[in-house]
Amino acid sequence: MGIVTLFVVSLIIFSAIEYLPGDFAKNILGQAATEETTAAFRRELGLDQPAVLRYGQWIAAVVQGDLGTSFSGRNASGVDRSRQVMDLIAPRLRNTLFLASLAAVVAVPLSLLLGISTALYRNSFYDRSVNMTTLTTISFPEFFVAYILILFLASLYPVFPSLANVDAETPLGERFYRAALPALTLTLVIVAHMMRMTRAAIINLLASPYIQMARLSGASPTEVILKHALPNAWAPIATVIAFNLAYLVVGVVVVEVVFVYPGIGQLMVDAVASRDIPVVQGCALIFAMTYIILNLIADIIGIITNPRLLHPK
Amino acid sequence: MKKETDTYSAVGEVGAVYERRSLWNRTLIDLRKAPYTALFGMVVILAYAIVAIFAPILAPYGEAQVFPEPYAPWSSTYVFGTDQIGRDIFSRMIYGARNTVGIAVATTFLAFLIGGVLGLAAAINRSWLDQLLSRSVDVLMAIPSLIFALVLLSIFGSTITNLILIIAVLDSTRVFRLTRAVALNVVVMDYVEAARLRGEGLGWIMRREILPNILPPLIAEFGLRFCFVFLTIAALSFLGVGIQPPTADWGSMVRDNASLIMFAQYDLKAGLTPLLPAAAIALLTVAINFVVDWFLHKTSGLHDE
Repeated sequence: MGIVTLFVVSLIIFSAIEYLPGDFAKNILGQAATEETTAAFRRELGLDQPAVLRYGQWIAAVVQGDLGTSFSGRNASGVDRSRQVMDLIAPRLRNTLFLASLAAVVAVPLSLLLGISTALYRNSFYDRSVNMTTLTTISFPEFFVAYILILFLASLYPVFPSLANVDAETPLGERFYRAALPALTLTLVIVAHMMRMTRAAIINLLASPYIQMARLSGASPTEVILKHALPNAWAPIATVIAFNLAYLVVGVVVVEVVFVYPGIGQLMVDAVASRDIPVVQGCALIFAMTYIILNLIADIIGIITNPRLLHPK
Repeated sequence: MKKETDTYSAVGEVGAVYERRSLWNRTLIDLRKAPYTALFGMVVILAYAIVAIFAPILAPYGEAQVFPEPYAPWSSTYVFGTDQIGRDIFSRMIYGARNTVGIAVATTFLAFLIGGVLGLAAAINRSWLDQLLSRSVDVLMAIPSLIFALVLLSIFGSTITNLILIIAVLDSTRVFRLTRAVALNVVVMDYVEAARLRGEGLGWIMRREILPNILPPLIAEFGLRFCFVFLTIAALSFLGVGIQPPTADWGSMVRDNASLIMFAQYDLKAGLTPLLPAAAIALLTVAINFVVDWFLHKTSGLHDE
């Protein structure tokens, strides 16, 4: 199923170039482009061949890690200073993965802890206040959270830098320090989601008869949740985590732009603004792939932790 | 049904004429029972609506009126100062309510029109149409919508019409799923079967038999969907590929004035300026969430545990 989805998704992303307005070559090469350079450019993109053939070539190249060349860096005289999309993406992808995993490493345990403890002390003052806070955080746009953090932690009390510009030479410690604020923003945004969904998953289970049974047999509330409810809640929780990591992929775009972090999200936004289709395609493909794979992993974890799903009725 | 009397009499209650409360009465009673968060939410939403409708009257200056003084501080002339090319931020905030919220409302309505109609049709038809629609929706949902929107915007260009159409189509997938799921429970009811045997067409069954019965979850979804659409549009505008200048819009206003935040140490008010439009977005989504929360609680009888 995942493969099929990926195939259709690649088809959609590929067709992006089909629907460009006819004079786009002129836009990219500049008004001074001659007929010959325009024609040469179109030939290079293979627009004179049938679409099916081009899709085959494109997908074969993508599988080998070749995403084509960027539109930018070309000009009217036909001099080609454009770069390989893969070269553009690779270092930025590493940065993004670093940022996303930093946020995930903090967020996942924290939200599980909060989710389980609020389910344990539900309807207490603690539960209510955590609930209120997370409901409010969910409703905030990411850039609002980001700028509030900048206001307090970078501007009023300059603890962290507000611009997270890292490059390949930045040492690891410095990297952590500079990526602290973007990672914190992402953490705040996804902890709220994950914690609420974890809590809901556990509370949902608490209504089932076997929990009633466990309670009647004298198990303490902690025991009921940790020993009886949690093992059955892993599947929904795994889905929640994968869903939120996938959400992280999207949230990263906005956060990278706020903090001018050189990641793939920022690259994509810049490419969209300048309509650099090959770069947009490459980034979109990577984002979509991550998203699909994470969802697939969630399904697999769900099946492993709940063997009943292997035998459909 | 219950009479408010000091002394209770069973005979009196049974014998009393059953008076049906008017819609207005019922609404009042519901409102009186609503929690403070929901009331707060409703007041905020109402305030936004008023500001959006009467924007030209309320705003001291025009939407794109440029003054010779860029980055002016807060003063009585410019309530929240001016932006990087000297436009009054307060006026732009007020116009922003009209543009940003208006576009989001239009997009949500369109998404519901597409998703709702197709969802109902799929639930009633249940054959190749259902299969076709459901599978295409699966594929569309496999790509994160912000990423998909970025790809589509890069192809078609960032105009307001494109923005509304693209986001409406992407979000209609969620509406489709929900409508289809809740409608499936209603389609199997006897009265729908009866209507079908009576020879009613697809349109009648959709509108008169099924829609009234699935309205509460759809209304709640409308609120939540609006929040998502609103946040997506704000995010896209913030990224510079959504609503384009000179149209006043909260997302792009945050982006334009973001650099001011680093001056918060010297002038706290200047530092707060870029946060104002962001806060306006946040406040509206919080308000809607509060109202939807209460509405869901009320209509579904759903309670924790």
